[in-house]
Amino acid sequence: MTAATPAVELTTRLPATTRAWRFVRRHVLDVYALLALAYLFLPIGIVVAFSFNNPLGRFNYTWQGFTFTNWTHPLSYPGLGGAIRVSIEIALLSALVSTLLGTLIALALVRYTFRGSATTNLLIFIPMTTPEIVMGASLLTLFLNWKIPQGFGTILIAHIMFNISYVVVTVRARLVGFDRHLEEAAMDLGANELVTFWRVTLPLIAPGILAASLLAFALSIDDFVITYFNAGTVTTFPLFVWGAARVAVPPQINVVGTAIFAIAVLGMLANILVQNRRAKRA
Amino acid sequence: MGRFFHRTRWATPYALLTPGTAWLVVFFVVPMAYLAKMALSQGLFPLFSFGWAWSNFSDAVSAYRTQFVRSLEYAGIATVAALLISYPLAYWIAFRGGRWKNLFLLLVIAPFFVTYLIRTLAWETILSDGGPVVAVLRDVHVLGADGRLLATSAAVIAGITYNFLPFMVLPLYVSLEQIDGRLIEAAGDLYSNPVVSFSRVTLPLSLPGVFAGVLLTFIPAAGDFINAQLLGTPQQYMIGNVIQSQFLSLRNYPTAAALSFVLMGAILVLVLIFARILGTDRLTAGAAA
Repeated sequence: MTAATPAVELTTRLPATTRAWRFVRRHVLDVYALLALAYLFLPIGIVVAFSFNNPLGRFNYTWQGFTFTNWTHPLSYPGLGGAIRVSIEIALLSALVSTLLGTLIALALVRYTFRGSATTNLLIFIPMTTPEIVMGASLLTLFLNWKIPQGFGTILIAHIMFNISYVVVTVRARLVGFDRHLEEAAMDLGANELVTFWRVTLPLIAPGILAASLLAFALSIDDFVITYFNAGTVTTFPLFVWGAARVAVPPQINVVGTAIFAIAVLGMLANILVQNRRAKRA
Repeated sequence: MGRFFHRTRWATPYALLTPGTAWLVVFFVVPMAYLAKMALSQGLFPLFSFGWAWSNFSDAVSAYRTQFVRSLEYAGIATVAALLISYPLAYWIAFRGGRWKNLFLLLVIAPFFVTYLIRTLAWETILSDGGPVVAVLRDVHVLGADGRLLATSAAVIAGITYNFLPFMVLPLYVSLEQIDGRLIEAAGDLYSNPVVSFSRVTLPLSLPGVFAGVLLTFIPAAGDFINAQLLGTPQQYMIGNVIQSQFLSLRNYPTAAALSFVLMGAILVLVLIFARILGTDRLTAGAAA
């Protein structure tokens, strides 16, 4: 009974294994990508899950039980609310100032040929390739030498500094793909340079400027190292987490982390949807 | 107003530049100069006096050689691991993403909107002794019955790999996305198999992305101290931990400043070597192929 089947089986099996091999080859990349995405989201799942944890001790490391209390009283932990406020204030102010300064530099670099543009490019590039700890340490040395007490002001100065380069790079990318004919048309129609800039140039590069300011905001609100060196006694949200990691990690930290994550993702999702709709209309 | 702009045209770029570059000069270049001066100073906090104390450098290097080597080693391994994880992912998004490319890209970046420190604390939870990863590894005898993941080099390297992943994925994606699909088709038409067309067409064209990704991952990784602090022990401390404690706990500014410059120098040398390898050999070979 079984003696007769092998020959048949071989002929039918071979294509099957080939098909299976083809299937694997076609989908191995899909599987890899899905695994990579799962890996990226694993810690985030933990952060979200543990925001609902009801920890017994001071540390929120092991699962004890489900609760909504952390979410209904997110700022009940002493010092957390103040830290978040400082972080948001600094992120807003540093994004505002660095976007203004960086956009002006980007305009100069793309629009004009002038002596010193290579040096300017270098000045923009180097801070992005300097380890944060070195930047933080050098600012600390500066403030010590100039006898400037560290605090809100020094954090703000530092954040504006490291944001400028990122703003320049982002806005410049938008300016490079810009059609100069639109400005020439406006000038031909009698608009002067200021009116042309205000009515034609600025609206067209606005998405780049918005993206740059969002990036600056995100970089600022997440910065730990440079802030750590220059904060004095002021506490930002990342500094608060750092302090907490040593003595007690309250689940409220997970709540705030989850909330920031959700807001950022929803904002970016909305941006993608708007862009897709625009692309469809065009 | 128009006439004013016209007459002073040469001055316009400088007027645009000055506020921003002045900020960078005062708060980036000048601090670096002060740090250099500090690296050559002597004395105790807060009274340091400048005196060409070059011995600061040799003392710092000989005292913390282990941490230096360890930093470059951890950063190197983490960068390679990040490249191996990111390249297929970026490739998949660029070539298989279709009209969902932006959404997948968002999925890649999204985890990094959770604050750096919170992400690292989450890894502490995942890798902890009572956690599932340790349990599984003990069951399959990769780890001994009381083996741990936390407080090992593996944990620190894993943390570094994870934390700087977007710096690797994004440049890789940008360079892969720009590749003209017709070039790869042409390679297929000329009877090259997928492996050959990848290694002779796709990979060489994506090398600028590889270079940028490696640079953007390796530099912050080499200077990091958070992963070693939260996931490791002093046995895993990197040069960042030393600089941090020399500055903020021991207040030994001259040593810390000297260490900062040695770190920057080491990174610069390695980056130049890497650029050399990638630039002269691979890039020209890719262009010739």
